[in-house]
Amino acid sequence: MSTATTHDDHHDHGAPSGLMRWVKTTNHKDIGTLYLWFAFIMLLIGGAMAMVIRAELFQPGMQVVDPQFFNTMTTMHGLIMVFGAIMPGMVGLANWQIPLMIGAPDMALPRMNNWSFWILPFAGTMLISTLFMEGGGPAFGWTFYAPLSTTFAPASTDFFIFAVHMLGFSSIMGAINIIATVLNMRAPGMTLMKMPLFVWTWFITAFLLIAVMPVLAGAVTMMLTDRNFGTSFFDAAGGGDPVLFQHVFWFFGHPEVYIMILPAFGVISEIIPTFARKKLFGYSSMVYATASIAFLSFIVYAHHMFTTGMPVAGELYFMYATIMIAVPTAVKVFNWTATMWKGSMTFEPPMLWAIAFVFLFTIGGFTGLMMGIAPVDMQYHDTYFIVAHFHYVLVTGALFAIIAAFYYWAPKWTGHMVNDRLAKIHFWWSVISVNVLFFPQHFIGLAGMPRRIPDYSLQFADWNMISSLGGFAFGLAQVFFLFVIIKTIRGGEPATSEVWEGAQGLEWTVASPAPYHTFATAPEVR
Amino acid sequence: MSSSSGGYYLPEPSHWPITGSIGMFLMLFGFASFLHGGSSLVMIAGAAVLIFMLFGWFGTVINESLSGKYNSQVDTSFRMGMGWFIFSEVMFFAAFFGVLFYARMWAIPWLGGSSNNAMTHELLWPAFDAVWPTNGPGDVGGEYQSMGAWGIPAINTLILLSSGVTLTWAHWGLKKEDRTQLILGLMLTVALGFLFLGLQAYEYYHAYHELNLKLTSGMYGSTFYMLTGFHGLHVTLGATMLFVILIRSMKGHFTEEHHFAFEAVAWYWHFVDVVWLILFVFVYWLV
Ligand code: HEM
Ligand SMILES: [Cu+2]
Repeated sequence: MSTATTHDDHHDHGAPSGLMRWVKTTNHKDIGTLYLWFAFIMLLIGGAMAMVIRAELFQPGMQVVDPQFFNTMTTMHGLIMVFGAIMPGMVGLANWQIPLMIGAPDMALPRMNNWSFWILPFAGTMLISTLFMEGGGPAFGWTFYAPLSTTFAPASTDFFIFAVHMLGFSSIMGAINIIATVLNMRAPGMTLMKMPLFVWTWFITAFLLIAVMPVLAGAVTMMLTDRNFGTSFFDAAGGGDPVLFQHVFWFFGHPEVYIMILPAFGVISEIIPTFARKKLFGYSSMVYATASIAFLSFIVYAHHMFTTGMPVAGELYFMYATIMIAVPTAVKVFNWTATMWKGSMTFEPPMLWAIAFVFLFTIGGFTGLMMGIAPVDMQYHDTYFIVAHFHYVLVTGALFAIIAAFYYWAPKWTGHMVNDRLAKIHFWWSVISVNVLFFPQHFIGLAGMPRRIPDYSLQFADWNMISSLGGFAFGLAQVFFLFVIIKTIRGGEPATSEVWEGAQGLEWTVASPAPYHTFATAPEVR
Repeated sequence: MSSSSGGYYLPEPSHWPITGSIGMFLMLFGFASFLHGGSSLVMIAGAAVLIFMLFGWFGTVINESLSGKYNSQVDTSFRMGMGWFIFSEVMFFAAFFGVLFYARMWAIPWLGGSSNNAMTHELLWPAFDAVWPTNGPGDVGGEYQSMGAWGIPAINTLILLSSGVTLTWAHWGLKKEDRTQLILGLMLTVALGFLFLGLQAYEYYHAYHELNLKLTSGMYGSTFYMLTGFHGLHVTLGATMLFVILIRSMKGHFTEEHHFAFEAVAWYWHFVDVVWLILFVFVYWLV
């Protein structure tokens, strides 16, 4: 997008060594690495829980775990994947890439950056520790609806509440840092409308985070007082309302799903032009579409509540507003397609993942549209159909984008090219198994299988078994990914600065691996 | 490793963040254990670690600032940081105000049978009269009286508004390098802040002992104490920060050009002020 000249930075210090380097670091690359490893570990832990879920659902009847523990697994799986894997993964990418892409020496507030990360392992520990407490871990689903999470929840719920407070605090600080970095640290000449799309999407995401994480904090605070101090927020006897919880939660929850997908859009918008060897089609429309999606995300949230008995006017409003999101989303999909149109395409691993993203995310978008239609959502709601929907957007959407980003930028981070054969094995293994895993869930959902239930009626048996097999295969594929990552860090064909033939942007002007300090002197962007 | 790269100050590796994480973890884990019969020691220890961290971290920042390591670009980062932090606080309060509005406009009228809820009312709570303030059809917490607006709350409104004026006066003093005016203005502001808190404490005492208005008094009690309580907590924080600024002013910190710490705290104080005004209108006045 932009061409640049870099000056050699002369006072370039190497990285300090030892464990304390990682604990005390204020370097955006170190912190990015920490975030990415944290996300990957959480992916494996959350993935192990998913394996328990799929093992239980392999056959009808009760085999592996008891129902309470099953529900604990679905709950913790969801929470860990959302707050532990996807969000930190995206922040890790932001930390590594934003300063490199805008020509900044580091993030704007480096010490706070360290704190944003180092809250996470503590919050994660708190969250996971609930599994070992008397009465078991939370089992009310990742959406923690009252009164399941207030009146009927185990003691460990209060630990869960504080874990959420900590996660929120970390996200808010991370978001503030990103906004300050983007607004204040761009190299001369890097105007807003020259910024790479990954930076743009993260910039907009940061506003979403600052706007909704405090609302989530409010929601869990009210849970805490309802549970322990006798308030009646979610209790009709005192004039409160359990449905009110859902309003507060989804005011956070819907923007939250865009928090997870907007940076993914950014990643894909970087990768496709590189391997199509064309400029991104409709750059400014991409920016405006991202901003519109972010804005709309605040005013559509009650599409998660069509079955709560909202007044008809509410149902209609939220239905039409929801369907409107399809417009900017479609703008993005068409722009990616148009970028590839008549491009001289090659299919290196990042591009494979990006193309898979475009296809599979779009499937998730379509099922979203279906569920956005209030009357038909009465049938889909709380079935496996919605499970299929959000796994298409989150796994083959957000997660695939993070994996694509790894394949795209890993040579810059490690200085080594990823082994092409292994990367392709990982890709095909994942992309086939993930569809075996989630596609059948559309069918069993339409046929009426409810979500969050460990047992099911016989008619769902075949597709569940197939889905579980796909699940085990997909889980194993990510263990293989760990092997690929370690192998890439350890060695491999040395990467050039430019890494990819068609790559544009400031990050490709510094050496691979990127030196510990980059852009100590701001590059000149023309 | 601190290099002022191109003028931008990149801080040394620091142990303050991890100290803060440990403090926060101990405090919150301790609090949750305390709620389930554990001792309060872990929580208190955690809070102590957090306070230690705040002193250490801010102390470092102040030293860096005094030794002139920050250029105007760093200053801008701080300003953005503080501004967006306050925005996040706005959203935190917005959540509770949203809850108040939702309860008053929808949840409670529905319990009284409005919209399509006639049968809820008929069958479940026929005796319930859906008017605000209410502790709900279950009469949760028993008989109570609501808090009037024109006693202490009105006085407190005046106090907070005046504190905004004295703070601005102090700022003028700083800008024309009039230390006496600066210090006097800050002292007045801090005093007004703590006076507010004292009166609020008295109001709570009155509510609990004479009005039987408690946190447990249904939706009215919940929203009343949650909103005024979190506001009071923010006044406490703000007044404490103002107090630190006062001490620093007495030590001769800040120049007419460079005094972002002062301004940041002032922004915060005005934000707390505005929240109070909204709160006064919707929690006390329009009941
Ligand atoms: C075209 C855009 C989209 C539309 C119209 C849409 C619509 C919907 C609707 C109506 C539901 C509620 C279904 C129900 O509970 O009955 C839903 C659920 C969900 N969506 Fe989407 N969606 C879209 C995109 C996304 C994206 C991009 C993500 C995340 C990256 C996402 C994540 C989720 C999640 C996690 C749930 C389930 C929440 C739960 O656990 O109940 N959606 N979506
Ligand atoms: Cu949604």
